[in-house]
Amino acid sequence: MKSILLSTVAVAITATFAMADGHSVVRMGTEGAYAPYNFINDAGEIDGFEREVGDELCLRAELTCEWVKNDWDSIIPNLVSGNYDTIIAGMSITAERDEVIDFTQDYYPPTASAYVAGSEDADLEGGVVAAQTATIQAGYIAESGATLVEFATPEETIAAVRNGEADAVFADRDFLVPMVEESGGDLLFVGEPVPLGGGVGMGLRESDAELRGKFDAAITSMKEDGTLNELLVKWFGDEVATY
Amino acid sequence: MFSYCADPNTLDTVRWFSCYLTTGVHMSFYASFIKVLALLAVTAPVALGVGFLGAMAARSDLLPVSLLGKSYIAIVRGVPDVAFFLFFVIALDQMFEYVRHRAICPDWTQPVRQGSEFLVCAQAKLPLGNAAEWVHETYGFLLAVITFAIVFGAFAANVLFGGMRAVPRAQLETAEAYGMSRRQTFWRVLVPQMWVYALPGLSNLWMVLIKATPLLFLLGIEDIVYWARELGGTKTSRFSSYPHGDWRMWYFLGLLAFYLMMTRVSEIVLERLMQRLTHGQATTGGEKQRKRVAA
Amino acid sequence: MSCWETIQAYALRSVGFGERLLPRSDFTICEHFTLIGSGMIWNVYFGIVALISGFFLATLLAVGKASSRALYRKPAEWFIFIFRGSPLFIQFFFAYFLFLNLKRTNDFFDPFTAAWLGALIVLFLNTAAYSGEIFYGALRSIPKGDVEAADAYGLSGWSRFRRVVWPTMLRLAWPAYTNEAIFLFHATALVFFSSFPAWQQRGDALYYASHFADKTFNPFVPYPILAFYFILCSLAIIGVFGLINRRLNRHLPANTRQKIKLRMNLIR
Repeated sequence: MKSILLSTVAVAITATFAMADGHSVVRMGTEGAYAPYNFINDAGEIDGFEREVGDELCLRAELTCEWVKNDWDSIIPNLVSGNYDTIIAGMSITAERDEVIDFTQDYYPPTASAYVAGSEDADLEGGVVAAQTATIQAGYIAESGATLVEFATPEETIAAVRNGEADAVFADRDFLVPMVEESGGDLLFVGEPVPLGGGVGMGLRESDAELRGKFDAAITSMKEDGTLNELLVKWFGDEVATY
Repeated sequence: MFSYCADPNTLDTVRWFSCYLTTGVHMSFYASFIKVLALLAVTAPVALGVGFLGAMAARSDLLPVSLLGKSYIAIVRGVPDVAFFLFFVIALDQMFEYVRHRAICPDWTQPVRQGSEFLVCAQAKLPLGNAAEWVHETYGFLLAVITFAIVFGAFAANVLFGGMRAVPRAQLETAEAYGMSRRQTFWRVLVPQMWVYALPGLSNLWMVLIKATPLLFLLGIEDIVYWARELGGTKTSRFSSYPHGDWRMWYFLGLLAFYLMMTRVSEIVLERLMQRLTHGQATTGGEKQRKRVAA
Repeated sequence: MSCWETIQAYALRSVGFGERLLPRSDFTICEHFTLIGSGMIWNVYFGIVALISGFFLATLLAVGKASSRALYRKPAEWFIFIFRGSPLFIQFFFAYFLFLNLKRTNDFFDPFTAAWLGALIVLFLNTAAYSGEIFYGALRSIPKGDVEAADAYGLSGWSRFRRVVWPTMLRLAWPAYTNEAIFLFHATALVFFSSFPAWQQRGDALYYASHFADKTFNPFVPYPILAFYFILCSLAIIGVFGLINRRLNRHLPANTRQKIKLRMNLIR
């Protein structure tokens, strides 16, 4: 009797340890301000392409996931500090970021960034181009000949083109598409799209290889059975690049 | 919210707004006002307490303690709050986890810092990885309170330090003449009297504290300015049933009204408090009150 | 690149001189210090210009608020209430919005949407309101005897104000005004943080600090460096204001100067 009790206790203890050791709850960090990747819907919940992909991935990897919002500027420091376990926030895989964190394989093909302007003849080489502070787009414009003007939020970069502060805005193409569609002809795409970044992947701590393996496998399975392509078309339209 | 909200495109203006203003996001917006007020209500006394300790340390007779108090005041007052908030919360969180880590997992052999990563054993995480969301939110709220309290505690310490020195020496000497010990003099004579000297500075600080709340988002709290930006930003019909243009202006006007109201109410309350505190004090204000009663 | 070369390349980067491209990899401590220090040029510029120009408006506001005529008193009261009652953050937002709209009506307003002028105006009005309130408090607590003595000497109007009222007001308000100067200086960090756009990566100290934090993903190096610079500047402000304070109170014997300072807390 005594030994049974003891062993139950032992099992209970090891079970809780196993719970705490493996990720019993995986916290997914996102920004919530980057439609269609992730945004806050009318009900106040996180919604968008990444919400659906993330939920599906957790289902396939048999993980319990919870969504967390975090400011873009501190999204990586908070990951490495352990405040959540993944970043799923439309983050392009770049060499700089890869040095600090690990990425899963991409769940969104390498993206193009594009210029949007108020008129066809906007000067993209020597004019004023708006971009969000601390994005790869801002870095690209800083190195091109154009005059870079940086705003804190993507919203303000669009506003800058509308009110004439900037000749054009340079941002992720998928972010710009709905803006152009709904502008009623005020805004249009100009110039050629520029391929930047290596696709969008989930960011994880480098020490979390096991979790990364699970998500990688889940992404592969979503790619293979076509569910990922369906979601891509659903959120980004028919013209989106698929797998 | 209302039954007719199913298809907002067909509604007239009044009904459209009645639906729009009661969506889930707007509820979060309204809740954030309560969050901000709660934070102010909790932070103010905590910051005052920290400030009191800081001031006591600064006027201590022990040189190391007094140096510690004085450098705390000087350093934290010298740094803009925004710069402080950008790294302090993460540092605070890591510090707590590190202490717990040392206490709970003494057998852990791996280094806590691996490159840029900060790794503690799972049992030392704060809150635990599988804790409910409200635990995480409460913890974040507590971190914000502590950060605010440390920043504003330094300013409060400075004001209280000045207030303690402003109490007329004669009062303290009288207390000593009555045979009070140092401790008794401090608690029974100095502390009750210093408030009236410190109150103008403290009221000012309270006003500054109210106006520092837009920085809460840096501490991971979704405050009113965060929601105003989020809600006011352009919404396209693909991602919202209530598409609209750039309405940030109107939301910010609402915030302006809120802040002005907060300021006005605080002014009135603090004025009353001042009246009460001056009562029977050896200051010009107290003198005036006494004369009014006498006349 | 040696540290000296880095300083040559980036010390004036924030005002548009030197290397066009910011460092992109292998960030050294030297680069951190140089660029963040370069950004401090803007903080110092905003702080000093706003403080000096705001000082004059603050005096006017204080006199206006203390006036017995509602025509002067009411506008001053409202101005002070609105600027002291709302976060700077929101003031920046509205100012930028207003300047954008003005710009559409007239070319004259073109430079107003740039930080060097637009943000400066907001900071100027903001500090004028705060200092105005401080000066007003001091104005009310000028000892009655001082003014009566001035009357007895036959001083009146402008000369009484300039020779008696104004210096006494400054003397009484100085410690609180020193605090305000430090606060204003801290407020300059908000200019590029949330409100005005940064052109060609020319920003203030916080702009470069967050640039580094974003590139290195490590907030624990750039922000403490930023804090270090601000502490130095706060100490400089305290030093300069202390010197002015000594000059303001130079007619008093050394041992009573301290007392004047203490009474101030009592009357404000």
